[in-house]
Formats: sequence, C-alpha cells, structure tokens
Amino acid sequence: MYQYDSHDQAMVDARVAEFRDQVRRRLDGSLAEEQFRPLRLMNGLYLQLHAYMLRVAVPYGTLSSAQMTMLGDIADKYDRGYGHFTTRQNIQYNWIKLEEAPDILADLAKVEMHAIQTSGNCIRNTTSDQYAGAIADEVVDPRPYAELIRQWSTFHPEFSFLPRKFKMAVIASETDRAAMRLHDIGIQILRNDKGQLGAAFYVGGGMGRTPMIAPCINPFVPIDQMITYSEACLRVYNRYGRRDNKYKARIKILVHELGKDEYTRQVEAEFAHLLTQGIEPPLAELERIKAQFTDPAFATGLSDAVDRSDPDFAVWLDNNVQVHKQPGYAIVTISLKPVGGIPGDASGDQMRLMAQLARAYSFDELRVTHAQNIVLPHVRKADLYTVWQQLEEAGLGTPNLDKIGDIIACPGLDYCSLANARSIPVAQKISERFAGREQEIGELKLKISGCINACGHHHAGHIGILGVDRKGVENYQLLLGGSEGADTSLGTITGPGFNEEGIVDAVEKATSVYLANRHAGERFLDTYRRIGMAPFKDAIYAKDAV
Amino acid sequence: MKILTGNDLKTGAVTWWTGEGWSLHVAEAVDVGDQGDAIAARENAARRVVSPYVIDGETAADGPRPAHIKERIRALGPTVRLDLSLKPADPAAGNWVI
Repeated sequence: MYQYDSHDQAMVDARVAEFRDQVRRRLDGSLAEEQFRPLRLMNGLYLQLHAYMLRVAVPYGTLSSAQMTMLGDIADKYDRGYGHFTTRQNIQYNWIKLEEAPDILADLAKVEMHAIQTSGNCIRNTTSDQYAGAIADEVVDPRPYAELIRQWSTFHPEFSFLPRKFKMAVIASETDRAAMRLHDIGIQILRNDKGQLGAAFYVGGGMGRTPMIAPCINPFVPIDQMITYSEACLRVYNRYGRRDNKYKARIKILVHELGKDEYTRQVEAEFAHLLTQGIEPPLAELERIKAQFTDPAFATGLSDAVDRSDPDFAVWLDNNVQVHKQPGYAIVTISLKPVGGIPGDASGDQMRLMAQLARAYSFDELRVTHAQNIVLPHVRKADLYTVWQQLEEAGLGTPNLDKIGDIIACPGLDYCSLANARSIPVAQKISERFAGREQEIGELKLKISGCINACGHHHAGHIGILGVDRKGVENYQLLLGGSEGADTSLGTITGPGFNEEGIVDAVEKATSVYLANRHAGERFLDTYRRIGMAPFKDAIYAKDAV
Repeated sequence: MKILTGNDLKTGAVTWWTGEGWSLHVAEAVDVGDQGDAIAARENAARRVVSPYVIDGETAADGPRPAHIKERIRALGPTVRLDLSLKPADPAAGNWVI
C-alpha cells in the first residue's frame, strides 16, 4: 500500500490546520456562510438533509486495517455509530457537528486520510478495480497509476475550479469492475503488440440526467505520458466546458457537442504542446510509488482445497469468494447488503471487525467497492472458514454478491437534500421480497437512485430504479438492460412509474419473465438482450392492458 | 401557512422557528406569514441558524407539518433509522411523513 511521504503528510496536516482556523472564524462570525460554504465543501463537509455530512476519500478504494479501524472509531466518537460506503469507494458520515469536524480531519490525518476534493468542481477521488493486485486477469496493478493521478490532481491549481466536478477511474483488465466507461475519464492500462505499457483513454462518460458511455479517444498513450495526456483532456474541458448551465457543464456534454473527433483533435493539439513543456512526473516517482504496491509475501505451496461440508459456508464460498492470482489464496467480498438492511452502511463495530480480519488474514488490506461492499483481497483458502464464521457472527456473511439483493442504492430522500424519493426503503423491500431466491435467479445487478443525479447508478443496472417526485409523491421508474462492465450499456425505461409497493411488484414481474425465458447459463441481462423489452413490458403492465 | 426552517450552526441539526427561537420540533413552529425572509436574515446574521428558508406548512393534529415529503423527512429524521429520529420509541413514526 502507498505510504505518505513527508510532502503528503505536510500537505494534509497543513490543510487540517487551515480548516480548523476557518471553522473557528465561521463560529465566531468572521466568516459568513456564503464565504464559508466553499471552504467546507473543499474539505468534504456538506450540509445535508439532517445535519452536516462528511465525505472521506478512500483513494482507489484501498484501506489498511489501521485506516478502517479509524473509520470505525470516528463513527462511534463523532457520529452515531455507523458510516455509509459510497459508489465512489468513499465513506460518508451523516451526523457531523461543525465544531468537531477539524478534530475528525486531524484523526484522519493520523492514518494518512483526508476529505480533500470529495466535493466541489475539481478532480474527485480516483477510483479503481477493487480486485487490483489480487486478480489474475490484470495486466498490471492499476493502483500505482491511480496514485500518480491522485498526486497530480490534488490541489492542482489549474483544475480546482472546473466547469463541474470531474471523476476518473483506472483499471488494468478487460473485465471492467469499476464502471470505467461511465466516468469523465476512464483509463485502461494495457499492453500493445510490442508488449509496451500504455493507457487507453475513454473520455466523456457519466450518468446523471444525461447518461453517456465514454468513447475511446486514444487507444494507446505511452504510460510515461499518461499524466500529460490527462492534463490535455482537462485543459480542453476547462477552456471550453460550459459554465453557463450547470446541467450542461460536465465533460460528456462538451465531447458530445463538439463530437468525439473534434474533441480528440483539440486534445491531441494540446497534448503535442504539453509534451514540449515537460510536465510529466519523472519516472522515478512512478517507480517509487510502484515499489509500495508490490505483492505481499504470499506463501507458496499452499493447498487450494477448501472443506465445503458446511452447506451455508459453501453457499457463501460460491457467491462471495473469487479466484486469486496466487494459488492457495482467495479474494473475499464482504457484503454490506444483509436482507432488509441499508446498502453500504456499516457500524463502527463492523468496521473494526473487518479491520481485524484484514490484519489477521489479508496482509492488512481492505478495499471498498463501488458496489458498496468491502473486499479482503488476499485470504488464504485455509482461513476462509474462520473468516466466514466471524463475518456471520457480525451480520456480514450474506452470500449475495452480484445477486438481486446486492443492491446499489444512494442515500436517497432519507438523507440527501438533492433527492426526490427514498431509495433505501425500496432496496430493503426488494431484498426482503427475494430473500431465499437469489441463487435461483443468479447474477442480477439492481441499482436504485433517488433522483436523476444517478448516484445509485440506475442507468447501469440490469434492473435500474429511478425515484422521482410526482406532484409531491414518490414515484419510481423502472429501467431494464443497463450494465457497467466491459459490455457497458444504458438501461431503457419500461414505461409509466410506480409507487413503492408497485415498483417491487414490477421487479418481481420482470424477474418472472426472465426465469420463464432464460436459456441455460443466461444472466438476466443476457435474456433481456436476446428477447428485448416487449415481453417484460407486457408482463409488467399487464394489469393496465386488461 | 408558512414556516421557517434552517440548521443549527454548530451541530447542523434541523431547526424550526418558534416565534422566540429555534426548536428541533416542527410541531413548535409558528406561521411566519410574510415575515419569514426578514426573520431569516436577522437570525442568520446572528449565527443562530444556517441557511434558513421558508416552506409551506399545513396544520396537523399535533401542530404544524411541512407540506412536502422532503421537509417532513427532514423534520422527523431518516425513515429507515427511526431509532435516530425524533420519535425513536414510535415504530410507526415513518407513517407521519407519507
């Protein structure tokens, strides 16, 4: 894992001291709210529906046990005993007191964490593949490149006031586990025919009110020019992105309105200029970073055998454990989606338990996934049963990864001041409705957003649900056919929306159509793509047609 | 009716104008008529509230109630964590927002 050097620590410590002074001035009246608001937002502190909310960055989703322990301690000491892991691999606390916010940032700084650039029109936390460094299908570990981007983008003076927020994701495998093409810039690290390492740039993706899949504007940028190319992409956006209309300010609109070819031409021209300026970080810095992402000291000669005699354990194995690149090891995903629970929420005790398990069984590492789960990336197969038993005891052993109960849901109207409808109660009802049938249904990614901003990724769900406000009443639209993997697609709205009970029934009808029509081995998404919308629509709205 | 709401500067807690000060309980709110903006400006300047604004309210059995569901959830707390709401002992409290 990356360890702060003296520069990193000094910058974060200085920011904590600066914010402490800003809070003091706000409380004594030296700063008005309109002056203070942009300052607190730069430190991830929002004023949400019920209280101040603090969003803490988890760079590329990687945490040490000490960091996860601190997150749990903060939940207990400063919040109400829990936190919410988000779709951008971050964590949010919902009940923060302004006067305590500087102390929280100081505690975070002790474990090399912060909340810088988790809000505002800047480059946000760079996300990555939660299986990085553990999965066999990656070309390289993408995290050193994400870390390089983190260092480049942090406090970047030119990109601190972009037309709108900016999200980047870095992966290094064909299997996209980070929704890469639904980011402002998605980067895939790959090798060309000559075996050289480079970066494919996908620019102009995103969800929100105008969902777009990022086109590839350059299939191979040499890896030692990745930052320069990123700078060129941002420069063109910063120069021409629309600042007159918030809803048209994201880079996806610029790429769409200019057209991919013209945007690319401008980026290439800027890139050619920047190459003469020598802005790329020295390779020695990348090598310094890479040295901190070397494999842990895996044991060799371990057996791959796992005793499956406990049937509940076997179900969990089949659902939540992935093949590791190292024989004798496995990747464990801890579901934060218990039946009827709140997707992404974890208590302070649960966070500390996960930290303990990481320390004891996973080389001190954890990952946050964009699907709001937690990963132990390097667990010996011989330890899986012990790990599972401890997870079960803590309510963390739900065997539902990528099943219908593994729902992505934004905080919705229960917490978010932007939301139009509640997301969590819908997620809870669906997970309860389908409890016990998840294995029969198989892979089905269901995602719920409480407003058109799409923090719950509803556009990319095999089944997506969008909550809207219909004359002051919550209403839910149903979408089918979205995906965020290597086969990225955007869902299509089925038709008129439903109330809270009706949307659960509609999901049930959609799954029934799938079960009645699926061919062997087909996922819900495969069947939908083969038979199209019509049979689903007929079933979902059958009552209306009579 | 018009009721005035905002957040407590230090804690961020949702508060309601009672005519004399700020309360956590919307039932104690008063109809501010056309005085909401003036009260908001005065209270904001005195740092007794953050980001105050006027909303539509209606009269319910137990006092004023926000007209819109978003403000009702704001007044109660998250419906999925009623233990953290202002009515932690009432398992049916969520019905109040619907």
